[in-house]
Amino acid sequence: MTMTVGTSFAERAQRVSAVAAVHADDVDAKGRFPREAVDAMIAERLLSIQIPKSLGGEDASVSEIAEACSLLGQSCSAAAMVFAMHHIKLSSLVSHGVGDSWHSAFMRRVSDEQLLLASATTEGGIGGNLRNSICAIEVDGDTCRLTKDATVISYGAHADAILITSRAHTDAASTDQVMTVFTKDQYTLEQTHVWDTLGMRGTCSDGWLFKGEAPKEQILPKPFAEIAAQSMLATSHLLWSAVWYGIAVNAVSRAQAYVRAAARKSPGVTPPGALRLAEASNLLQLVKSNTIAGLREYEAAKADPDRLSSMGFAVAMNNVKIASSETILAIINQAMLIVGIMGYKNGTPFSIGRHLRDAHSAQLMISNDRILGNTSNLLLVHKQDTSLIG
Amino acid sequence: MKQKIRDILGKHGGLPVPVETLADDADLYAAGLSSFASVQVMLGIEEAFDVEFPDNLLNRKSFQSIAAITRAVEGLTGSAEAAE
Repeated sequence: MTMTVGTSFAERAQRVSAVAAVHADDVDAKGRFPREAVDAMIAERLLSIQIPKSLGGEDASVSEIAEACSLLGQSCSAAAMVFAMHHIKLSSLVSHGVGDSWHSAFMRRVSDEQLLLASATTEGGIGGNLRNSICAIEVDGDTCRLTKDATVISYGAHADAILITSRAHTDAASTDQVMTVFTKDQYTLEQTHVWDTLGMRGTCSDGWLFKGEAPKEQILPKPFAEIAAQSMLATSHLLWSAVWYGIAVNAVSRAQAYVRAAARKSPGVTPPGALRLAEASNLLQLVKSNTIAGLREYEAAKADPDRLSSMGFAVAMNNVKIASSETILAIINQAMLIVGIMGYKNGTPFSIGRHLRDAHSAQLMISNDRILGNTSNLLLVHKQDTSLIG
Repeated sequence: MKQKIRDILGKHGGLPVPVETLADDADLYAAGLSSFASVQVMLGIEEAFDVEFPDNLLNRKSFQSIAAITRAVEGLTGSAEAAE
Protein backbone atom coordinates (compact mmCIF):
# COMPACT_ATOMS: atom_id res chain seq x y z
CA MET A 1 0.00 0.00 0.00
CA THR A 2 1.39 3.42 -0.90
CA MET A 3 0.40 6.38 1.21
CA THR A 4 1.46 9.83 0.11
CA VAL A 5 1.87 12.42 2.85
CA GLY A 6 -1.25 14.44 3.39
CA THR A 7 -3.71 12.20 1.59
CA SER A 8 -5.04 9.95 4.36
CA PHE A 9 -8.68 10.43 5.34
CA ALA A 10 -7.62 11.90 8.69
CA GLU A 11 -5.20 14.36 7.11
CA ARG A 12 -7.83 15.52 4.64
CA ALA A 13 -10.41 15.85 7.43
CA GLN A 14 -7.87 17.79 9.48
CA ARG A 15 -7.53 20.34 6.67
CA VAL A 16 -11.32 20.69 6.46
CA SER A 17 -11.44 21.03 10.24
CA ALA A 18 -9.00 23.95 10.05
CA VAL A 19 -11.30 25.72 7.57
CA ALA A 20 -14.36 24.93 9.70
CA ALA A 21 -12.66 26.36 12.81
CA VAL A 22 -12.27 29.77 11.19
CA HIS A 23 -16.00 30.09 10.51
CA ALA A 24 -17.49 28.12 13.43
CA ASP A 25 -18.43 31.12 15.56
CA ASP A 26 -20.01 32.94 12.62
CA VAL A 27 -21.95 29.81 11.58
CA ASP A 28 -23.23 29.55 15.15
CA ALA A 29 -24.04 33.22 15.64
CA LYS A 30 -25.91 33.57 12.36
CA GLY A 31 -27.40 30.06 12.36
CA ARG A 32 -26.12 29.69 8.82
CA PHE A 33 -25.00 26.69 6.78
CA PRO A 34 -21.25 25.94 7.16
CA ARG A 35 -20.65 26.58 3.47
CA GLU A 36 -16.88 27.03 3.69
CA ALA A 37 -16.41 23.75 5.56
CA VAL A 38 -18.66 21.83 3.16
CA ASP A 39 -16.83 23.35 0.17
CA ALA A 40 -13.60 22.16 1.79
CA MET A 41 -15.09 18.64 2.19
CA ILE A 42 -15.94 18.73 -1.52
CA ALA A 43 -12.42 19.95 -2.43
CA GLU A 44 -10.94 17.10 -0.35
CA ARG A 45 -13.47 14.69 -1.93
CA LEU A 46 -14.60 13.56 1.51
CA LEU A 47 -18.27 13.20 0.53
CA SER A 48 -17.62 9.96 -1.40
CA ILE A 49 -15.02 8.15 0.73
CA GLN A 50 -17.56 5.57 1.95
CA ILE A 51 -18.60 4.54 -1.58
CA PRO A 52 -16.95 1.38 -3.00
CA LYS A 53 -13.90 1.95 -5.19
CA SER A 54 -15.73 0.28 -8.08
CA LEU A 55 -18.22 3.17 -8.01
CA GLY A 56 -15.64 5.94 -7.72
CA GLY A 57 -15.29 6.04 -3.93
CA GLU A 58 -12.53 4.99 -1.55
CA ASP A 59 -14.05 2.14 0.52
CA ALA A 60 -13.66 4.03 3.81
CA SER A 61 -14.77 2.04 6.86
CA VAL A 62 -17.24 3.41 9.39
CA SER A 63 -14.32 3.84 11.83
CA GLU A 64 -12.43 5.99 9.33
CA ILE A 65 -15.54 8.11 8.78
CA ALA A 66 -16.03 8.38 12.55
CA GLU A 67 -12.47 9.67 12.92
CA ALA A 68 -13.24 12.38 10.34
CA CYS A 69 -16.47 13.24 12.22
CA SER A 70 -14.50 13.62 15.45
CA LEU A 71 -11.85 15.83 13.80
CA LEU A 72 -14.55 18.08 12.35
CA GLY A 73 -16.46 18.10 15.64
CA GLN A 74 -13.38 19.50 17.33
CA SER A 75 -13.75 22.71 15.34
CA CYS A 76 -17.38 23.09 14.19
CA SER A 77 -20.20 20.87 15.46
CA ALA A 78 -22.55 21.91 12.67
CA ALA A 79 -20.09 21.07 9.89
CA ALA A 80 -19.30 17.78 11.61
CA MET A 81 -22.99 16.92 11.95
CA VAL A 82 -23.68 17.73 8.29
CA PHE A 83 -20.80 15.44 7.34
CA ALA A 84 -22.09 12.70 9.68
CA MET A 85 -25.66 12.93 8.42
CA HIS A 86 -24.50 12.81 4.80
CA HIS A 87 -22.54 9.63 5.51
CA ILE A 88 -25.43 8.09 7.46
CA LYS A 89 -27.57 8.47 4.33
CA LEU A 90 -24.76 7.16 2.18
CA SER A 91 -24.44 4.08 4.43
CA SER A 92 -28.00 3.13 3.47
CA LEU A 93 -27.12 3.38 -0.22
CA VAL A 94 -23.86 1.49 0.17
CA SER A 95 -25.45 -1.25 2.30
CA HIS A 96 -28.63 -1.69 0.32
CA GLY A 97 -28.21 -0.15 -3.13
CA VAL A 98 -25.02 -1.65 -4.54
CA GLY A 99 -26.72 -4.46 -6.45
CA ASP A 100 -29.26 -2.11 -7.93
CA SER A 101 -28.53 -0.33 -11.21
CA TRP A 102 -30.10 3.07 -10.51
CA HIS A 103 -28.61 3.38 -7.03
CA SER A 104 -25.19 2.19 -8.20
CA ALA A 105 -25.21 4.81 -10.94
CA PHE A 106 -26.31 7.40 -8.40
CA MET A 107 -23.40 6.53 -6.09
CA ARG A 108 -21.07 7.06 -9.03
CA ARG A 109 -22.67 10.49 -9.48
CA VAL A 110 -22.16 11.25 -5.77
CA SER A 111 -18.48 10.43 -6.27
CA ASP A 112 -18.03 12.32 -9.51
CA GLU A 113 -19.99 15.42 -8.51
CA GLN A 114 -19.47 15.27 -4.70
CA LEU A 115 -23.22 15.50 -4.10
CA LEU A 116 -24.45 16.29 -0.58
CA LEU A 117 -27.25 14.00 0.67
CA ALA A 118 -29.90 15.01 3.19
CA SER A 119 -32.49 13.01 5.10
CA ALA A 120 -36.24 13.44 5.52
CA THR A 121 -37.48 10.90 8.05
CA THR A 122 -39.37 13.23 10.40
CA GLU A 123 -42.98 14.03 9.63
CA GLY A 124 -45.66 16.16 11.25
CA GLY A 125 -48.02 13.91 13.23
CA ILE A 126 -45.79 10.85 13.80
CA GLY A 127 -44.61 12.02 17.21
CA GLY A 128 -40.91 11.67 16.46
CA ASN A 129 -41.03 7.94 15.68
CA LEU A 130 -39.21 7.63 12.39
CA ARG A 131 -40.37 4.02 12.00
CA ASN A 132 -43.83 5.35 11.23
CA SER A 133 -45.02 7.31 8.23
CA ILE A 134 -48.26 9.00 7.41
CA CYS A 135 -47.39 10.02 3.86
CA ALA A 136 -47.38 7.33 1.16
CA ILE A 137 -45.51 7.11 -2.09
CA GLU A 138 -47.79 6.81 -5.10
CA VAL A 139 -46.56 4.67 -7.93
CA ASP A 140 -48.16 5.47 -11.26
CA GLY A 141 -46.71 3.44 -14.14
CA ASP A 142 -42.97 4.07 -14.08
CA THR A 143 -43.25 7.21 -11.95
CA CYS A 144 -43.47 7.70 -8.21
CA ARG A 145 -44.81 10.79 -6.46
CA LEU A 146 -44.55 11.88 -2.85
CA THR A 147 -45.76 14.80 -0.77
CA LYS A 148 -44.45 14.94 2.80
CA ASP A 149 -44.86 17.43 5.62
CA ALA A 150 -41.25 17.09 6.68
CA THR A 151 -40.98 19.07 9.90
CA VAL A 152 -37.20 18.70 9.86
CA ILE A 153 -34.87 18.34 6.90
CA SER A 154 -31.38 19.27 8.06
CA TYR A 155 -29.63 21.46 5.46
CA GLY A 156 -32.54 20.66 3.13
CA ALA A 157 -32.05 23.89 1.22
CA HIS A 158 -28.37 23.08 0.63
CA ALA A 159 -28.58 19.41 -0.33
CA ASP A 160 -28.20 17.95 -3.81
CA ALA A 161 -30.49 15.01 -3.07
CA ILE A 162 -32.86 13.91 -0.29
CA LEU A 163 -33.45 10.37 0.95
CA ILE A 164 -37.01 10.37 2.20
CA THR A 165 -39.20 7.82 3.96
CA SER A 166 -42.87 7.13 3.35
CA ARG A 167 -45.37 4.29 3.51
CA ALA A 168 -44.63 1.76 0.75
CA HIS A 169 -47.92 2.38 -1.07
CA THR A 170 -51.22 4.12 -0.44
CA ASP A 171 -52.76 1.11 1.38
CA ALA A 172 -49.65 0.25 3.42
CA ALA A 173 -49.57 0.10 7.22
CA SER A 174 -47.79 3.03 8.90
CA THR A 175 -44.76 0.83 9.70
CA ASP A 176 -44.52 -0.60 6.16
CA GLN A 177 -42.10 1.98 4.84
CA VAL A 178 -39.71 2.56 1.96
CA MET A 179 -36.96 5.07 1.37
CA THR A 180 -36.62 6.89 -1.93
CA VAL A 181 -33.85 9.03 -3.39
CA PHE A 182 -34.98 12.26 -5.02
CA THR A 183 -32.43 14.50 -6.69
CA LYS A 184 -32.66 18.26 -6.43
CA ASP A 185 -34.22 18.69 -9.86
CA GLN A 186 -37.00 16.25 -8.89
CA TYR A 187 -38.52 18.05 -5.89
CA THR A 188 -39.70 21.37 -4.56
CA LEU A 189 -39.43 22.54 -0.95
CA GLU A 190 -41.74 25.04 0.65
CA GLN A 191 -40.48 26.23 4.02
CA THR A 192 -42.79 25.59 6.97
CA HIS A 193 -40.51 25.94 10.03
CA VAL A 194 -37.41 27.97 10.84
CA TRP A 195 -34.50 26.36 12.71
CA ASP A 196 -33.68 28.94 15.40
CA THR A 197 -32.25 26.88 18.23
CA LEU A 198 -30.09 26.82 21.33
CA GLY A 199 -27.27 24.96 19.59
CA MET A 200 -26.37 23.06 16.44
CA ARG A 201 -27.57 26.22 14.75
CA GLY A 202 -25.64 25.71 11.53
CA THR A 203 -27.32 22.43 10.57
CA CYS A 204 -30.21 24.61 9.31
CA SER A 205 -32.72 21.87 10.13
CA ASP A 206 -35.70 23.82 8.88
CA GLY A 207 -39.13 22.30 8.21
CA TRP A 208 -40.30 21.84 4.63
CA LEU A 209 -43.28 20.72 2.62
CA PHE A 210 -41.63 18.28 0.22
CA LYS A 211 -43.18 17.51 -3.17
CA GLY A 212 -41.29 15.16 -5.46
CA GLU A 213 -41.72 13.13 -8.63
CA ALA A 214 -39.18 10.64 -9.95
CA PRO A 215 -38.80 7.33 -11.81
CA LYS A 216 -40.00 4.56 -9.47
CA GLU A 217 -36.64 2.73 -9.70
CA GLN A 218 -35.33 5.38 -7.28
CA ILE A 219 -37.22 3.67 -4.43
CA LEU A 220 -34.65 1.64 -2.48
CA PRO A 221 -35.32 -2.05 -3.12
CA LYS A 222 -35.40 -3.07 0.59
CA PRO A 223 -38.06 -2.31 3.25
CA PHE A 224 -37.04 0.72 5.30
CA ALA A 225 -37.34 -1.41 8.47
CA GLU A 226 -34.30 -3.39 7.31
CA ILE A 227 -32.44 -0.29 6.15
CA ALA A 228 -33.06 1.34 9.53
CA ALA A 229 -31.95 -1.70 11.53
CA GLN A 230 -28.98 -2.70 9.39
CA SER A 231 -27.37 0.60 8.45
CA MET A 232 -29.12 3.78 9.48
CA LEU A 233 -29.66 3.44 13.23
CA ALA A 234 -26.25 1.94 13.91
CA THR A 235 -24.32 4.45 11.80
CA SER A 236 -26.37 7.31 13.27
CA HIS A 237 -25.51 6.38 16.85
CA LEU A 238 -21.86 5.76 16.01
CA LEU A 239 -21.17 8.78 13.81
CA TRP A 240 -23.13 11.11 16.09
CA SER A 241 -21.14 9.79 19.03
CA ALA A 242 -17.96 10.55 17.08
CA VAL A 243 -19.12 14.14 16.48
CA TRP A 244 -20.04 14.55 20.16
CA TYR A 245 -16.73 13.08 21.25
CA GLY A 246 -15.04 15.71 19.05
CA ILE A 247 -16.99 18.53 20.71
CA ALA A 248 -16.02 17.24 24.16
CA VAL A 249 -12.37 16.79 23.13
CA ASN A 250 -12.16 20.43 22.13
CA ALA A 251 -13.82 21.62 25.34
CA VAL A 252 -11.34 19.59 27.39
CA SER A 253 -8.44 20.90 25.27
CA ARG A 254 -9.52 24.43 26.09
CA ALA A 255 -9.83 23.63 29.79
CA GLN A 256 -6.42 21.96 29.74
CA ALA A 257 -4.84 24.98 28.03
CA TYR A 258 -6.36 27.15 30.76
CA VAL A 259 -5.02 24.97 33.58
CA ARG A 260 -1.56 24.74 31.98
CA ALA A 261 -1.39 28.52 31.57
CA ALA A 262 -2.20 28.89 35.28
CA ALA A 263 0.38 26.23 36.20
CA ARG A 264 3.12 27.97 34.23
CA LYS A 265 2.45 31.25 36.02
CA SER A 266 2.96 29.73 39.44
CA PRO A 267 5.16 26.63 39.29
CA GLY A 268 4.98 24.48 42.40
CA VAL A 269 1.33 25.29 43.03
CA THR A 270 -1.28 22.96 41.54
CA PRO A 271 -3.91 25.14 39.80
CA PRO A 272 -7.44 24.88 41.24
CA GLY A 273 -8.89 23.31 38.09
CA ALA A 274 -6.31 20.52 37.82
CA LEU A 275 -8.29 17.91 39.71
CA ARG A 276 -11.44 18.60 37.72
CA LEU A 277 -9.37 18.31 34.55
CA ALA A 278 -8.29 14.84 35.62
CA GLU A 279 -11.94 13.93 36.13
CA ALA A 280 -12.92 15.34 32.73
CA SER A 281 -10.11 13.37 31.12
CA ASN A 282 -11.42 10.22 32.76
CA LEU A 283 -14.93 10.78 31.42
CA LEU A 284 -13.57 11.63 27.97
CA GLN A 285 -11.78 8.30 27.88
CA LEU A 286 -15.06 6.54 28.74
CA VAL A 287 -16.78 8.18 25.76
CA LYS A 288 -13.87 7.28 23.52
CA SER A 289 -13.81 3.64 24.66
CA ASN A 290 -17.55 3.37 24.34
CA THR A 291 -17.54 4.76 20.81
CA ILE A 292 -14.63 2.59 19.69
CA ALA A 293 -16.29 -0.52 21.14
CA GLY A 294 -19.46 0.33 19.21
CA LEU A 295 -17.52 0.88 16.00
CA ARG A 296 -15.76 -2.48 16.40
CA GLU A 297 -19.04 -4.24 17.04
CA TYR A 298 -20.53 -2.70 13.91
CA GLU A 299 -17.51 -3.58 11.76
CA ALA A 300 -17.67 -7.16 13.05
CA ALA A 301 -21.41 -7.49 12.43
CA LYS A 302 -21.47 -5.63 9.11
CA ALA A 303 -21.27 -8.63 6.82
CA ASP A 304 -24.04 -10.49 8.67
CA PRO A 305 -27.57 -9.08 8.20
CA ASP A 306 -28.95 -11.43 10.90
CA ARG A 307 -26.50 -10.09 13.47
CA LEU A 308 -27.24 -6.51 12.43
CA SER A 309 -30.95 -7.18 12.88
CA SER A 310 -30.48 -8.90 16.24
CA MET A 311 -31.67 -7.49 19.53
CA GLY A 312 -28.25 -7.73 21.09
CA PHE A 313 -26.84 -5.45 18.42
CA ALA A 314 -29.70 -2.94 18.77
CA VAL A 315 -29.23 -2.84 22.56
CA ALA A 316 -25.48 -2.27 22.13
CA MET A 317 -25.94 0.59 19.65
CA ASN A 318 -28.66 2.20 21.79
CA ASN A 319 -26.31 2.05 24.77
CA VAL A 320 -23.50 3.72 22.83
CA LYS A 321 -25.79 6.63 21.99
CA ILE A 322 -27.21 7.04 25.50
CA ALA A 323 -23.80 6.95 27.15
CA SER A 324 -22.01 9.33 24.81
CA SER A 325 -24.86 11.86 24.63
CA GLU A 326 -25.18 12.03 28.41
CA THR A 327 -21.51 11.93 29.27
CA ILE A 328 -20.38 14.74 26.97
CA LEU A 329 -22.64 17.12 28.86
CA ALA A 330 -20.94 16.18 32.13
CA ILE A 331 -17.54 16.63 30.50
CA ILE A 332 -18.26 20.01 28.96
CA ASN A 333 -19.86 21.22 32.17
CA GLN A 334 -16.69 20.17 33.96
CA ALA A 335 -14.61 22.10 31.41
CA MET A 336 -16.76 25.15 32.06
CA LEU A 337 -16.19 24.87 35.81
CA ILE A 338 -12.44 24.63 35.23
CA VAL A 339 -12.23 27.68 33.02
CA GLY A 340 -14.86 29.76 34.80
CA ILE A 341 -15.99 33.08 33.43
CA MET A 342 -13.49 32.98 30.54
CA GLY A 343 -15.26 29.86 29.36
CA TYR A 344 -18.73 31.28 29.89
CA LYS A 345 -17.85 34.38 27.89
CA ASN A 346 -17.93 34.22 24.09
CA GLY A 347 -14.93 35.20 22.02
CA THR A 348 -12.12 34.13 24.38
CA PRO A 349 -9.60 31.39 23.52
CA PHE A 350 -11.28 29.37 26.30
CA SER A 351 -14.96 29.93 25.36
CA ILE A 352 -17.04 26.81 25.93
CA GLY A 353 -20.58 28.20 25.57
CA ARG A 354 -20.99 27.01 21.98
CA HIS A 355 -19.78 23.52 22.91
CA LEU A 356 -22.24 23.31 25.77
CA ARG A 357 -25.16 24.53 23.67
CA ASP A 358 -24.33 22.20 20.78
CA ALA A 359 -23.88 19.26 23.15
CA HIS A 360 -27.40 19.74 24.52
CA SER A 361 -28.79 18.53 21.19
CA ALA A 362 -27.27 15.08 21.73
CA GLN A 363 -29.90 13.82 24.18
CA LEU A 364 -32.70 15.09 21.98
CA MET A 365 -31.81 14.01 18.47
CA ILE A 366 -33.75 10.81 18.74
CA SER A 367 -34.84 11.41 22.31
CA ASN A 368 -32.93 9.39 24.87
CA ASP A 369 -36.24 8.60 26.55
CA ARG A 370 -37.45 6.99 23.33
CA ILE A 371 -34.22 5.01 22.99
CA LEU A 372 -34.32 3.85 26.61
CA GLY A 373 -37.95 2.84 26.08
CA ASN A 374 -36.90 0.79 23.08
CA THR A 375 -34.04 -0.85 24.98
CA SER A 376 -36.24 -1.62 27.97
CA ASN A 377 -38.71 -3.37 25.67
CA LEU A 378 -35.92 -5.44 24.08
CA LEU A 379 -34.56 -6.41 27.49
CA LEU A 380 -37.85 -8.13 28.29
CA VAL A 381 -36.70 -10.96 26.04
CA HIS A 382 -33.04 -10.33 25.20
CA LYS A 383 -30.53 -11.80 27.64
CA GLN A 384 -27.52 -9.61 28.31
CA ASP A 385 -24.09 -10.49 26.97
CA THR A 386 -22.11 -11.46 30.04
CA SER A 387 -18.70 -11.73 28.37
CA LEU A 388 -16.13 -8.96 28.78
CA ILE A 389 -14.21 -9.26 25.52
CA GLY A 390 -16.58 -11.14 23.17
CA MET B 1 -49.89 -24.71 17.72
CA LYS B 2 -50.48 -22.41 14.77
CA GLN B 3 -53.89 -21.39 16.11
CA LYS B 4 -52.40 -20.63 19.52
CA ILE B 5 -49.75 -18.48 17.84
CA ARG B 6 -52.43 -16.73 15.82
CA ASP B 7 -54.37 -16.00 19.01
CA ILE B 8 -51.30 -14.50 20.68
CA LEU B 9 -50.56 -12.46 17.57
CA GLY B 10 -54.12 -11.18 17.54
CA LYS B 11 -53.93 -10.23 21.21
CA HIS B 12 -50.46 -8.66 21.36
CA GLY B 13 -49.48 -7.93 17.75
CA GLY B 14 -51.28 -4.60 17.52
CA LEU B 15 -51.95 -5.33 13.85
CA PRO B 16 -54.23 -2.97 11.94
CA VAL B 17 -55.80 -5.98 10.17
CA PRO B 18 -57.51 -9.10 11.66
CA VAL B 19 -55.10 -12.05 12.01
CA GLU B 20 -57.59 -14.31 10.20
CA THR B 21 -56.98 -12.35 7.01
CA LEU B 22 -53.26 -13.18 7.06
CA ALA B 23 -51.84 -16.25 5.32
CA ASP B 24 -49.27 -18.33 7.22
CA ASP B 25 -46.49 -16.96 5.04
CA ALA B 26 -47.73 -13.33 4.97
CA ASP B 27 -45.07 -10.76 5.93
CA LEU B 28 -46.08 -9.60 9.40
CA TYR B 29 -43.93 -6.47 9.23
CA ALA B 30 -45.61 -5.43 5.98
CA ALA B 31 -48.92 -6.10 7.75
CA GLY B 32 -47.92 -3.53 10.39
CA LEU B 33 -46.14 -5.48 13.15
CA SER B 34 -43.92 -2.97 14.97
CA SER B 35 -40.70 -3.91 16.73
CA PHE B 36 -42.34 -3.06 20.07
CA ALA B 37 -45.29 -5.36 19.36
CA SER B 38 -43.01 -8.16 18.15
CA VAL B 39 -41.41 -8.26 21.61
CA GLN B 40 -44.85 -8.43 23.24
CA VAL B 41 -45.73 -11.33 20.93
CA MET B 42 -42.47 -13.08 21.88
CA LEU B 43 -43.32 -12.68 25.57
CA GLY B 44 -46.79 -14.09 24.97
CA ILE B 45 -45.34 -17.09 23.14
CA GLU B 46 -42.67 -17.71 25.78
CA GLU B 47 -45.39 -17.83 28.42
CA ALA B 48 -47.87 -19.91 26.40
CA PHE B 49 -45.37 -22.58 25.29
CA ASP B 50 -43.08 -22.35 28.32
CA VAL B 51 -40.04 -21.70 26.16
CA GLU B 52 -37.31 -19.07 26.11
CA PHE B 53 -36.06 -17.63 22.85
CA PRO B 54 -32.29 -17.87 22.64
CA ASP B 55 -30.50 -14.78 21.32
CA ASN B 56 -29.90 -16.29 17.90
CA LEU B 57 -33.67 -16.36 17.34
CA LEU B 58 -34.24 -12.82 18.58
CA ASN B 59 -34.22 -11.19 15.18
CA ARG B 60 -36.64 -9.96 12.58
CA LYS B 61 -36.49 -13.15 10.55
CA SER B 62 -37.90 -15.38 13.30
CA PHE B 63 -41.00 -13.20 13.48
CA GLN B 64 -41.39 -12.43 9.78
CA SER B 65 -44.48 -14.66 9.38
CA ILE B 66 -46.77 -17.01 11.28
CA ALA B 67 -44.95 -19.90 9.59
CA ALA B 68 -41.56 -18.56 10.76
CA ILE B 69 -42.78 -18.21 14.36
CA THR B 70 -44.20 -21.74 14.23
CA ARG B 71 -40.85 -23.11 12.99
CA ALA B 72 -39.02 -21.28 15.77
CA VAL B 73 -41.38 -22.58 18.46
CA GLU B 74 -41.28 -26.13 17.02
CA GLY B 75 -37.49 -25.95 17.09
CA LEU B 76 -37.52 -24.90 20.73
CA THR B 77 -40.11 -27.40 22.00
CA GLY B 78 -38.61 -30.19 19.83
CA SER B 79 -35.09 -29.63 21.11
CA ALA B 80 -36.40 -29.45 24.68
CA GLU B 81 -38.01 -32.91 24.30
CA ALA B 82 -34.87 -34.32 22.69
CA ALA B 83 -32.80 -33.15 25.62
CA GLU B 84 -34.97 -34.92 28.18
